[in-house]
Amino acid sequence: MELVAFLETLWLARIPILKGLGVTVSISLLAILVGTILGVGVGLALTYGKGPVRWLVRGYTDFIRGTPVLVLVLASYYVLGTIGIDLGPFQAGVLALAVFCSSHVGEIVRGALESIPKGQTEAAKAIGLTFPQTFAYVLGPQALRQVLPAWVNTAAEMVKASTLLSIIGVAELLLRTQELISRTFMSLEFYLFAGFLYFVINYGIERFGKYVERKTSIPS
Amino acid sequence: MTGNLLEIRDLHKRYGEVEVLKGVDCTMQQGDVISIIGSSGSGKTTMLRCINMLEEFQGGSIRIDGEEIGYETMGGARRRKKEKEIARQRAMTGMAFQQFNLFPHMSAAENVMLGLVKVKGMARDEARGVAEKWLDRVGLAERRDRYPGQLSGGQQQRVAIARAIAMNPKLMLFDEVTSALDPELVNEVLQVIKDLARDGMSMLLVTHEMRFAFEVSNRVIFMNQGRIGEEGNPREMFIKPQTERLAEFLKTSTFN
Repeated sequence: MELVAFLETLWLARIPILKGLGVTVSISLLAILVGTILGVGVGLALTYGKGPVRWLVRGYTDFIRGTPVLVLVLASYYVLGTIGIDLGPFQAGVLALAVFCSSHVGEIVRGALESIPKGQTEAAKAIGLTFPQTFAYVLGPQALRQVLPAWVNTAAEMVKASTLLSIIGVAELLLRTQELISRTFMSLEFYLFAGFLYFVINYGIERFGKYVERKTSIPS
Repeated sequence: MTGNLLEIRDLHKRYGEVEVLKGVDCTMQQGDVISIIGSSGSGKTTMLRCINMLEEFQGGSIRIDGEEIGYETMGGARRRKKEKEIARQRAMTGMAFQQFNLFPHMSAAENVMLGLVKVKGMARDEARGVAEKWLDRVGLAERRDRYPGQLSGGQQQRVAIARAIAMNPKLMLFDEVTSALDPELVNEVLQVIKDLARDGMSMLLVTHEMRFAFEVSNRVIFMNQGRIGEEGNPREMFIKPQTERLAEFLKTSTFN
């Protein structure tokens, strides 16, 4: 019975797999969290920034978005070291993913803010709200709802991109799986299983996104 | 202090090379209801939007209750006032827009409450009471918890008027508030404005509704190519226009 043999092996290997899963989840969460915080700043600068600030941030997003994530990961690990910023593989990887995430979130936020009709800002001004108030109560809440679907997408992309950290030796789920396969030769089974775990994570993210969308939907 | 509620002196506004307001003077007393008419591109909406600084202007001055709006002159240099100061001045006027511009993520009552709580610093309960009072006044008491997407155009516009008026402005600005409405919804909005006029609210209305302008306003301003072409009481102006331009404009307007 091959299935029984696989399940027995899986049970024996549960600790490294769970560890790998934990690392994958931590990388993804950190990257999404930091990337989102940075990305909101990027989006604000792209939308409201003046002159040089806007150009600088525009350059940043275009450059990052035009670069393969793998190149960012490698650069973060190997190149930063040469200029004196010595990061471990985990930190370097998270940094690369967060930067990548921030450029995408930045574009999403900019798109959402620009899609809000000008009349919203004018109506807010007309009742005497200052710009920070207008953003907090009028523009932000509307942008948030627009951003959500695309943001969920980006979050799922980050989970997938976390596999690239296996290249620089971060023991995340994919690297753990590959190690197991090299010892057990059950490549199909373990790859399928890893694929299933990635699916579960992303499905969870998607459900969470749908839940928030439902919770915040505007009655009409 | 001149005692005028609104005093516009030699107002100039340019978009790049194009001068859309070429020196407008206008004064208004407490309780005046003034309609601004004129063909599109004559500058009437722009003039209205300068009063609450939704448009910058390059020359002249606007005073509300003697207070200079938007700019200050110090040592001969004209400077835009600080953003916070301008926000405070904007709250002296209320504005209703052609496209209503309600906040879609808030219920009718929350739309009205936002300014009361965040600008006036009112407690939520008190603001809720004020909002309900005004929604009742515009005939929407039972719709106060509906969202803009659940209201008709006429209802949305009435909420928008309630939102502006609840802030207790010194002067209400109406910018073609019925132009985006289906014909059968126009009257419910005009009725609300008439009621406000009767209660003594000072109002400045940009409108294409000639009959309404005739009925509700004690003065009409005819804008023509960035200047005031003619002004006076509606009866005299509409029956005996003094200028060729106004006569022509009135001919092409409908009085229904």
